Amino acid sequence: MSLPDALSILLERHAQALLGSLGRLARQPFATFLTIVVIGIALALPAALYVAVSNMRTVTAGLGDTVQLSVYLRMSTTEAGAKKAAAAIAARSGIQETEIVSPDEGLAEFRRLSGIGDALKALPDNPLPWLVKVRPAPPHDTAAVVENLAADLRKIEDVDQVEADTAWVRRLHAIENTLERLVLLVAAILAAGVLAVVGNTIRLEINGRRAEIEVTKLVGGSNAFVRRPFLYSGLWQGFGGGLLAIVLISAGLMALEPHVAGLAEAYGTTFTLRGLSIREWPAVVGGGAALGFLGAWFAAAYHLRRIEPRA
Amino acid sequence: MIRFDRVFKRYPNGREALAELSFELDSGEMAFLTGHSGAGKSTVLRLIALLERPTRGQVFVNGRNTGTLRRSAIPGFRRQIGIVFQDHRLLDDRPVYDNVALPLAIAGIHRREMDKRVRAALDQVGLLGRERSFPLELSAGEQQRVGIARAVITKPPVLIADEPTGNLDPDLALEVMNLFQRFNAVGVTVLVATHDIHLLERFRVRRVHIEQGRLAGLPHVAA
Repeated sequence: MSLPDALSILLERHAQALLGSLGRLARQPFATFLTIVVIGIALALPAALYVAVSNMRTVTAGLGDTVQLSVYLRMSTTEAGAKKAAAAIAARSGIQETEIVSPDEGLAEFRRLSGIGDALKALPDNPLPWLVKVRPAPPHDTAAVVENLAADLRKIEDVDQVEADTAWVRRLHAIENTLERLVLLVAAILAAGVLAVVGNTIRLEINGRRAEIEVTKLVGGSNAFVRRPFLYSGLWQGFGGGLLAIVLISAGLMALEPHVAGLAEAYGTTFTLRGLSIREWPAVVGGGAALGFLGAWFAAAYHLRRIEPRA
Repeated sequence: MIRFDRVFKRYPNGREALAELSFELDSGEMAFLTGHSGAGKSTVLRLIALLERPTRGQVFVNGRNTGTLRRSAIPGFRRQIGIVFQDHRLLDDRPVYDNVALPLAIAGIHRREMDKRVRAALDQVGLLGRERSFPLELSAGEQQRVGIARAVITKPPVLIADEPTGNLDPDLALEVMNLFQRFNAVGVTVLVATHDIHLLERFRVRRVHIEQGRLAGLPHVAA
């Protein structure tokens, strides 16, 4: 037998098993449907959580821009001193922009935003110092780096105080990281669930085809030959579950879309929900198929070994 | 072709099926395996097909010592043996074609070649044209012939049969035995376990008679 021949026979056998197992699943539509629904939901849950986290990331990614440092200069600093300090700050690496705010400008702004303008008029003189607003340049705008930058800026002459209110950003990122871990955890638990579901389905299928398995072994069928249709059966069920998971998530996003738009509008912004991208589809479907295959493999390895032909 | 060398077989439940059984069947030879129920006929066939392994002693089939075969080599070994069962063991939910073609599918034969060989095998057992029938649509004799077609389709050098005529009336039994003789005529080694007196008288072939797990003299002269 030539190599191309052997290869084409191999392909033919696999194609037969592939289509044969599909046909068998189609002949039990209800049982197959139930299995696929269970797998689909098990896959959709972590995938939905993943989508939620990545949407949250999209929202908070914009917050990086607003991380800024307020550098308060000593009360005694003059306008010339403030300009000199601002120049010194701007000369550092990782700074995108600096802006000098004079005590008068600061007071005017405070008056406008605080709503206690009249009370402030009672003050004998302006209590505010010169202020330099510093915006770090990416990638120096993450919370951890900004803290270092703040420490650095404190050493500059005439600088009294540096405020980098990054704690809340850090908390937010910590929450996101926790949620990301949760996605992995949920995915791992539900993957085990998918293995169990497929394994059980395959066990039932093996029991139902016991006579066939025995006869096949009697006439010389190897374990690999006997196992093959079951592996493909698991593969198909996982594949179907993956497709269903994508449908579920898309439907869920469509249902949420108007509400999210309303919420964004209430905050005066616009935001579009991001679903699973085309590039993430194969991961969900392929993951489902791989889990189905694996579950079938475990079940087949365990149960087929116990079926030895009687004669 | 088949050689038993002082084979002793005790089942896990303690029953001793064979004790010091030795016999030999040459290549191309045909023999009846006879004896009372429980004498050990089935055990002999099970040992040949490697459905069981001997407790002691050695079994050689096709020149191979079955005791040295690894578990993974058993499927390939079985493909060299055609097995016919009393209850024919057909798959009732598959048409005749699929039943007969099963060994070829296992061996990895191309579809074109498969069609040709299934037709040839069905022709040999007189069932050409019944490919699409299901086993339950066939008579008992026809079902047994489908079982025989499946056993011989890979042209195995050895054919063993366990009471293949047990469920058949005399005419059908004769027909089936004629089939075995025809395969033997083209060089296949055939061992048929039976206690059908009519067949034993009708076919003048060698008898391997066992009693209580040992080779025994014949109860009456047959050849």
